[in-house]
Amino acid sequence: MARTLFSGNEAVARGAWEAGVAVGVGYPGTPSTEVLENLVRYEGVRCEWAPNEKVAAEVAAGVSLAGGRVIVTMKHVGLNVAADPLFTLAYTGVGGGYVLFVADDPGMHSSQNEQDSRRYAVAAKVPMLEPADPAEALAMTRAAFEISEEFDVPVLVRSTTRVSHSKGVVEVDGARAQVQPQPYIKDPAKWVMVPANARRRRIDLEERLVRLAEHAELSGLNRVELRDRSLGVIVDGAAYRAVREALPDASVLKIGMVHPFPRDLVRAFAAEVESVAVVEELGPFVRDLVVQAGVAVREVPLPAWGEVTPAVVRAAFGVLPLEVRKVREGVPERPPLMCPGCPHRGVFWALKRTKAVVTGDIGCYTLGAAPPLAAMDSCICMGASVGMAHGASLVERERPVIGVIGDSTFAHSGITGLVHMAYNGSHGTIVVLDNRTTAMTGHQGNPISGVTLSGEHTSELDLEALARACGAGWVRTVDPFDLATTLAALKEAIAAPTLAVLIAKAPCALLEKRVKDPVAVDDDVCTACGSCIQLGCPAISKADSGNAQIDVTICVGCGQCEQVCRFGAIVPAGPACDLGGSAR
Amino acid sequence: MSGVTTVVLAGVGGQGTILAGDVLAKVAMADGHDVRLSEVHGMAQRGGSVITFVRFGDEVHAPVVDPGTADHLIAFEMIEAARQLPLLKRDGRLVVNQRVVLPLPVLVGAARVPDDLEAALAREGAIFVDAEALACEAGSSKSANIVLLGAASAGLPLSEESWAEVIASRVPPATVEANLRAFELGRAACLKGACR
Repeated sequence: MARTLFSGNEAVARGAWEAGVAVGVGYPGTPSTEVLENLVRYEGVRCEWAPNEKVAAEVAAGVSLAGGRVIVTMKHVGLNVAADPLFTLAYTGVGGGYVLFVADDPGMHSSQNEQDSRRYAVAAKVPMLEPADPAEALAMTRAAFEISEEFDVPVLVRSTTRVSHSKGVVEVDGARAQVQPQPYIKDPAKWVMVPANARRRRIDLEERLVRLAEHAELSGLNRVELRDRSLGVIVDGAAYRAVREALPDASVLKIGMVHPFPRDLVRAFAAEVESVAVVEELGPFVRDLVVQAGVAVREVPLPAWGEVTPAVVRAAFGVLPLEVRKVREGVPERPPLMCPGCPHRGVFWALKRTKAVVTGDIGCYTLGAAPPLAAMDSCICMGASVGMAHGASLVERERPVIGVIGDSTFAHSGITGLVHMAYNGSHGTIVVLDNRTTAMTGHQGNPISGVTLSGEHTSELDLEALARACGAGWVRTVDPFDLATTLAALKEAIAAPTLAVLIAKAPCALLEKRVKDPVAVDDDVCTACGSCIQLGCPAISKADSGNAQIDVTICVGCGQCEQVCRFGAIVPAGPACDLGGSAR
Repeated sequence: MSGVTTVVLAGVGGQGTILAGDVLAKVAMADGHDVRLSEVHGMAQRGGSVITFVRFGDEVHAPVVDPGTADHLIAFEMIEAARQLPLLKRDGRLVVNQRVVLPLPVLVGAARVPDDLEAALAREGAIFVDAEALACEAGSSKSANIVLLGAASAGLPLSEESWAEVIASRVPPATVEANLRAFELGRAACLKGACR
């Protein structure tokens, strides 16, 4: 038996492989991304990045229809995109086992909202399993495939950041199940959801849910742990570990299958303990179900947002807080920032000079909203920048409106927005920040960069040709490291009497790691005007003299600051080591 | 919880804290402990604060660390040491890399680093290490994270053999020797009391 240290996501990949999965497909999104990145390393599994989660869920539906086992992965906001096929797949059911892995992000470590995917399980009428740690993530992923095929239904496996991105000791000894794809059987009554068929499947779905509810009561996915009977805590997902830490003596009903909800088990547990409390993240979800089961709940003050940590549990149950050292006052914040040599920096510098309303999107370039660049005015969801730019331009009369979107996000859901703009006669401007990768989630390939999940080169989407095909009358590609040309092109795009698409194309600074000799500030020439500091480059700061100074250990010699200095005070400095390494 | 050792590693994206946390967790596992590790990345790799929790012992439940519960805080620079100090127990061990990585608000003149930062950390009992200098001495400027693990290891209940084995398996092959030296220099500095 092999003990290994697995993250929750590595464990899900292992569980899917052990279950004999034929295909994995998804769209990258923190904290879900590593499932497919690990699954692709196993023999005998085909893994693909899809342009978005809806496509991924549909590819998976095809695999299942044809009899193969499939896992589809995404983060919580991606489930919104995939919801359309999912809701009807609940009606059709599956061929080969269909598992949809969704990673929620309580606390919003890297997300634009904090949504509760448990409510999707209820709304879509599909079962949901919730592992509390990596070992359970492996076991429950395997179990999900069994449930999917036994009950003819897609199964959601819900993780959270602290399951996906925490590591624990996992026993890895399971062999890969020898699952042959089931022969394809033509069955339109099952797979063609025209109303007459859908009405029948709707009734079948309710019958499946009844059988699934029986399974929830008996399967062992939900577990009673009796200890001190004065307090019984009902808890699901990652919150289980916080409860065990903070209230080690309490009896616990650990919910592993949160939908359908094990009402009889809840009632039986309540009968064994003197009082029942519910601990959950983003509640009240379980709490309301427990009350609906007719069990009196001892109310404890849990926040409706954020992660449930042991400290949160201690506070809710009145356990004395621990003594805590004071943080030194005046410690500066450390917000994330664009890397030294980031190609997006120059685009935002130029955008700021257009005084435009800039609708933004999801990716590294969202950092363009932060000072000192502060050149982005909105960030809602994947693809929103394009539709919002059009909408804003219908009303805004004083200033130009520009939508800014990354390459992967443009492929995800920006293209349809652009089609809308052209169709509706827009003369607006869209800037595609093509840095040749999906940088924010850790450099996944996409249809525009033309690199597959397996690392193979494939066809690259031709952005210029696509923009023209959509109906853009002004299309140009610029090098964002050339600031003057980028700014001039932006102004031309704004003035163009047609839909305009500007492609700012240069690879992510972390992708190519092109490091040239650093530059330095000539103190005799610097006027302390602060223009270079306004680029927000981590290598440039203000010296005590008021002049700019450049940290040669951080500078990658991208040349953007040389271009913004009107006085020629930023000059080549020679190799970093000639300057004494850390010399400023 | 008795028998559980809780370690916090705090630094800036790009400093190698995540690799260091992974090495520490694997050493604890090699020594037969139950281990939980938790890290937050995503935004963190863009120069933001990075924090990794490692907990090991007979049975570990939570992968996160509450204020006032960490036995060890290993800080990769001094601002993050001050920021994460509330996590450390009153009698916890504070190992600090004696340098500052300036955050963006400071770079653009919107904030300042407190003048007495180092003195304030010293008052909190910080054990200072010049990790970059020892890393260069070991032969690789990039092994500062392993120097810090070496310094921290002097106070951790983990076996020396496991450290060497895991470091050798976890760093790029060409840098194994330099990293093993980096670990030894960090550890020796603290064992000899040369960490100040």
